[in-house]
Amino acid sequence: MFKTIADMHAIREAKKADLMIRLDEKATPTAEGGRMHVLVCAGTGCTSSNSAKIIEHLNDMVHEKGLENEIKIIKTGCFGLCAEGPIMMIYPDHVMYTRVDIEDVDEIFKSHIVGGQVVTRLLAGTDEKHKAHNAMGSMEFFSKQHRIALRNCGAINPECIDEYIAKDGYLALEKALTEMTPAGVIDLVKASGIRGRGGAGFPTGLKWSFAAPQVADQKYVACNADEGDPGAFMDRSILEGDPHSIIEAMAIAGYAIGANQGYVYVRAEYPIAVQRLGLAIEQAKKYGLLGKNILGTGFDFDLEMRLGAGAFVCGEETALMTSVEGHRGEPRPRPPFPAVKGLFGKPTVLNNVETLANIPVIMLKGADWFNSMGTEKSKGTKVFAVGGKINNVGLVEIPMGTTLREIIYDIGGGIPGGKAFKAAQTGGPSGGCIPASHLDTPIDYDSLVAIGSMMGSGGLIVMDEDNCMVDIAKFFLEFTVDESCGKCPPCRIGTKRMLEMLEKICEGKAGPNAIEDLEDLAKAIQASSLCALGQTSPNPVLSTLRYFRDEYVAHVVEKRCPAGVCKNLLTFSILPEKCVGCSACSRKCPVNAISGELKKPFVIDPNKCIKCGVCMDTCKFDAIIKK
Amino acid sequence: MAMDCASCAETQEKLAKLHEIIETHKDVRGSLIPVLHEAQELYGYLPLEVQLEIANGLNIPLAEVYGVVSFYTRFSINPKGKYQVNVCLGTACYVKGAGKILDKFKEKLGLDVGECTEDRKFSLDACRCIGACGLAPVVTINEDVYGRLLPDQIDAIIDKYKEL
Repeated sequence: MFKTIADMHAIREAKKADLMIRLDEKATPTAEGGRMHVLVCAGTGCTSSNSAKIIEHLNDMVHEKGLENEIKIIKTGCFGLCAEGPIMMIYPDHVMYTRVDIEDVDEIFKSHIVGGQVVTRLLAGTDEKHKAHNAMGSMEFFSKQHRIALRNCGAINPECIDEYIAKDGYLALEKALTEMTPAGVIDLVKASGIRGRGGAGFPTGLKWSFAAPQVADQKYVACNADEGDPGAFMDRSILEGDPHSIIEAMAIAGYAIGANQGYVYVRAEYPIAVQRLGLAIEQAKKYGLLGKNILGTGFDFDLEMRLGAGAFVCGEETALMTSVEGHRGEPRPRPPFPAVKGLFGKPTVLNNVETLANIPVIMLKGADWFNSMGTEKSKGTKVFAVGGKINNVGLVEIPMGTTLREIIYDIGGGIPGGKAFKAAQTGGPSGGCIPASHLDTPIDYDSLVAIGSMMGSGGLIVMDEDNCMVDIAKFFLEFTVDESCGKCPPCRIGTKRMLEMLEKICEGKAGPNAIEDLEDLAKAIQASSLCALGQTSPNPVLSTLRYFRDEYVAHVVEKRCPAGVCKNLLTFSILPEKCVGCSACSRKCPVNAISGELKKPFVIDPNKCIKCGVCMDTCKFDAIIKK
Repeated sequence: MAMDCASCAETQEKLAKLHEIIETHKDVRGSLIPVLHEAQELYGYLPLEVQLEIANGLNIPLAEVYGVVSFYTRFSINPKGKYQVNVCLGTACYVKGAGKILDKFKEKLGLDVGECTEDRKFSLDACRCIGACGLAPVVTINEDVYGRLLPDQIDAIIDKYKEL
């Protein structure tokens, strides 16, 4: 089963021909590849909306009609358009169907797959004009993107190593092993200017160059796939959609620094990613792309997967390594840095999934190609998981330097329900909120820090006028308090005290100095915590204080929540001019706080009201208001 | 506790499997967490007896095993319900009203987060982002995923499982 370089070239050429119809409508189908490829997303988003059943049903129908040789049903990774799932893409026609229901499958099969007639009703897009346009495969959602890390997600079957090889997979590894010295690989990565995509943005080539000269009997390459930042799911999508790219990149990193063992630390909450990565490792071992004497070059590299167990702090590099060693995932002080003393006390390079996914492409296309994209200090592209109050929730990969406005309005399709944009949160619990006044800031590592947020792993949550910024800050503090490992007091005790202060503010019980006290404590925690989790935990508070101080003041001084979120500060009342006296609300009220005579305006007793909001949801005449 | 019942064949069988798990991982460095994952898969949770078995098998102090179990949220020392309700409280779900969804489940099931009903039918947990942000707010019940949820859909969902 072990493949030589010549074997790999033969597989690549043969499979490339099979896949040609996905690239070129006029390509001649091969006997092996079939005349039509039906790609169905099998990422977590689409699997959650039942895509597995769709794939099964399609396969059944293909078997029934005996079309196995002509029609290939292929499960893929994430297309990125998660809110519109399940997604189906048909080649060579380049037709994308969205929100495909299991009931729609028969129609697609009969009319399109067998009959060649596109099912217009299911095309991506909302109106007829868009639909016609999207049939050509040029949706704005995709046309503004530049997919490098996500290049194979939604394009190949992640469970088929040959498809990855056809997309020039493992060619970068071959190039490194046969044409380059380890120092040459590091120089190339350095020259590309790529910085770590996990959050801190440390230059990847520099990190490798620290570990390379270390003399040790054993070195390690580790991959951080413990994507703990809530709302970020790019690493999961890469593992689900293109797991071989991570294996290849880790082997290249191993060659560059002189390590022959790698560990991938994956969240156990990502079962599909765990399964696909496991399968990919097995396949790579069978082909001899992992193990001893890879491609006959004498280079050895092996890979093991370790599952996380639900601790956000394990995304911090020293905590992650402690966890791989089998202990409580507590961080340790640096120096010594992992490049000197890391996993099991040996020199270790730890890279994030998205960073690694870029490496094979950089190796093949060169440093100049990569650093021609992006801004002065942030090269290449970045994947964002755009979520929250936005129309096109999903994954987008854009060149560094794209503005927030382009992401939210051009690619993301704007805010639903005609509501006003309020803020975008980046960097998760370590990041901050960016207000509307900074919508035109070109996004890169440094510009985000300058406006009080950070890149983080690329979660981007959009909030509209209905979100209370004090409540959001409280939400993130609850998260940090939960996830603080407890090792250092500023984080363990300080974040808890901050949360209590925020709770008082939201309940309207805060004293006049509350905001200043909160700020002081935040700065103390920032300055004195042991690891990045603690040091950055006050960021959500500080950034909302910076841009939405008036909301804090409204809570503290006026005892009022302008967005109408903080329950204790709300009063529900009935507008007499709108109330028709139907009694629907009073019948639904769980505490009998609403009374009145039929066909006359009802009233709410504020002393009885528990502010549950049921009346407001019940009223058909918009007669109930909260303020 | 289940493991006191020495005559029970099922208990013996599980114990044998646990020893097998310990045996396969024993000589691998950093094996405690992989062993705990598999043990929890086997028992559904990690009662003290199981932790003790693991401590003895891997030759490490029970305190260390307990320290690791209590550190990671995925490991549970309490039994879970037959139907495990997990409300996603990731940021994307939160800004789309996951807090209200959680309140509704708490009220309907009479449970706080981390608790299990007396009949062990339902347990309620909150989790941090399952990555299905496109479907926010999301709740999972065992393997089933419920997306784009509204508070008034919850009664019907719970009733469906009550009848199962």
